Amino acid sequence: MTVLEEQRVTRSTGAVSLRGLTKRFGDGPNVLEDVSLDVAEGEFVCLLGASGCGKSTLLNLVAGLDRPSAGSVHVPGGRAALMFQEPALLPWLTATQNVELALRLRGVGKSERRVRSNELLELVRLSGAGGKRVHELSGGMRQRVAMARALAQDSHVLLMDEPFAALDAITRDVLHEELVRIRESQQLTVLFVTHNVREAVRLGDRVVLLSSRPGRVAKEYPVGIAHPRRIESPEVARLSVEITDDLRTEIRRHGAH
Amino acid sequence: MSVLDSRRGGGNGNNDDLASLEAGLDALETHLDTRASRWRKLLSATWPPVLAIVGLLGVWELIYRSGVKPTYALPSPADVGLVLRDQLSDGTLLEAMGTSLTRGGLGFLAALAIGTPLGLLIARVRPIRRGIGPLVSGLQSLPSIAWVPAAIIFFGIGDAAIYAVVLLGATPSIANGMVSGIDQIPPLYQRVGKVLGARGLSAARHVLLPAALPGYVGGLRQGWAFSWRSLMAAELIVHSPELGQGLGQLLDFGRSNNDMSLVFAGILGILVVGIAVELCVFAPLERRVLRRRGLLVARS
Repeated sequence: MTVLEEQRVTRSTGAVSLRGLTKRFGDGPNVLEDVSLDVAEGEFVCLLGASGCGKSTLLNLVAGLDRPSAGSVHVPGGRAALMFQEPALLPWLTATQNVELALRLRGVGKSERRVRSNELLELVRLSGAGGKRVHELSGGMRQRVAMARALAQDSHVLLMDEPFAALDAITRDVLHEELVRIRESQQLTVLFVTHNVREAVRLGDRVVLLSSRPGRVAKEYPVGIAHPRRIESPEVARLSVEITDDLRTEIRRHGAH
Repeated sequence: MSVLDSRRGGGNGNNDDLASLEAGLDALETHLDTRASRWRKLLSATWPPVLAIVGLLGVWELIYRSGVKPTYALPSPADVGLVLRDQLSDGTLLEAMGTSLTRGGLGFLAALAIGTPLGLLIARVRPIRRGIGPLVSGLQSLPSIAWVPAAIIFFGIGDAAIYAVVLLGATPSIANGMVSGIDQIPPLYQRVGKVLGARGLSAARHVLLPAALPGYVGGLRQGWAFSWRSLMAAELIVHSPELGQGLGQLLDFGRSNNDMSLVFAGILGILVVGIAVELCVFAPLERRVLRRRGLLVARS
């Protein structure tokens, strides 16, 4: 554990806390059932699960896009920023304007918007591409603009819904490194949803395995691997094997009856 | 301290490596923009229609020479050309084009002012959509010439009757364009707006309306076509000495004098105005909207 990580753990007050969270749609079965989870300030938690574990539902609840059927969501820092699997940039705006829209909707003044959006694009290393339109950017560049836009919401909690799932392996690898760097420099709390076990171990301080139908917290794994990590490293592989085995056991349960 | 300060343990060398790797990836994945020169594009766009028109005139000349129809029923291209020249030089044709264009333009603007909010209401207010939505789409398929008798009885022979027909012809297209523009917005954009904190009016201004623009512009284009057609139908029937003479009235004048060349000249005038407005207003507008969004696929 690095010095930084130790500091983070010691000063932790919850950045996100979920208590007995349950969600069902209409009269359907529970999608999420009694999920309790505390994410410390500055912590990077990866939520992992097979299809039907309600990962996206969970993020929507934390983001305040939906209401829980029971239980509570508490985000003391205010509204959390959300990044989708698709970059979801608005195609009629340039990269800069996409970032500025997030600032504008928060009521940030015009001159400050300019400055701040430039800073954020610089942070994701896209200073030269601010004037480009969405269709002129590659998939990786779009996700970085989306990241800058999410950071423009000025929330210290960043929710990410499989943001790299649609990218090629090389780009994804680079963006992993970027995310770790940005999260450090901005001291972000990240709740990251994925069904890629190695990605979860590569990125997270902690991996939370969810069961499926209904989604519940099945098991948690602290990831004690020092940064910089690589997705190919034996330490990452070792923990990934352990988690994958548990995940498979969890999936097999559904075929049994 | 700038937000760029890196606090990772890896140090600066590592960070630079990542930056250069990323720059390489970005360069590899960015499409090179290759555009042919403007003149070459204009030239290659011009010659096929010119060739087609020349061919058409040739066929016309051949039919004229074969003598299947008497000259008064089918004049030669040269005869029509002469009439066209006379009409142009004494200003009759240009004046008629101007009168019609003004009427069509004003009618279109009025339809725009009514159709846009109407479309918004239909798209966003459920009871209104259920109630008048089908009616408005149904009206779109009603030939606007059917309104002419009603307009004459209601307003009498006059400009009001003409404008009423244009308005009834164009408004449904514009309203429907707005509705389909809004219906086609990917739900993701509205979710993004919500996540970023857009509510009510700000959501409409920053997300809903810009997202609906491509469909709306399509509706405007169709609305103009309907305005122009409705206007011609109205002008053909509604005429009196007190009214300004538009292209439709010119056509009717030609017909009542059995002057086929004048009729042809009038048809040509209608076509020219229709094509000019399309080329100068709607085609560039639509291209601009689509290009900004990367929706315009380059065709060779």
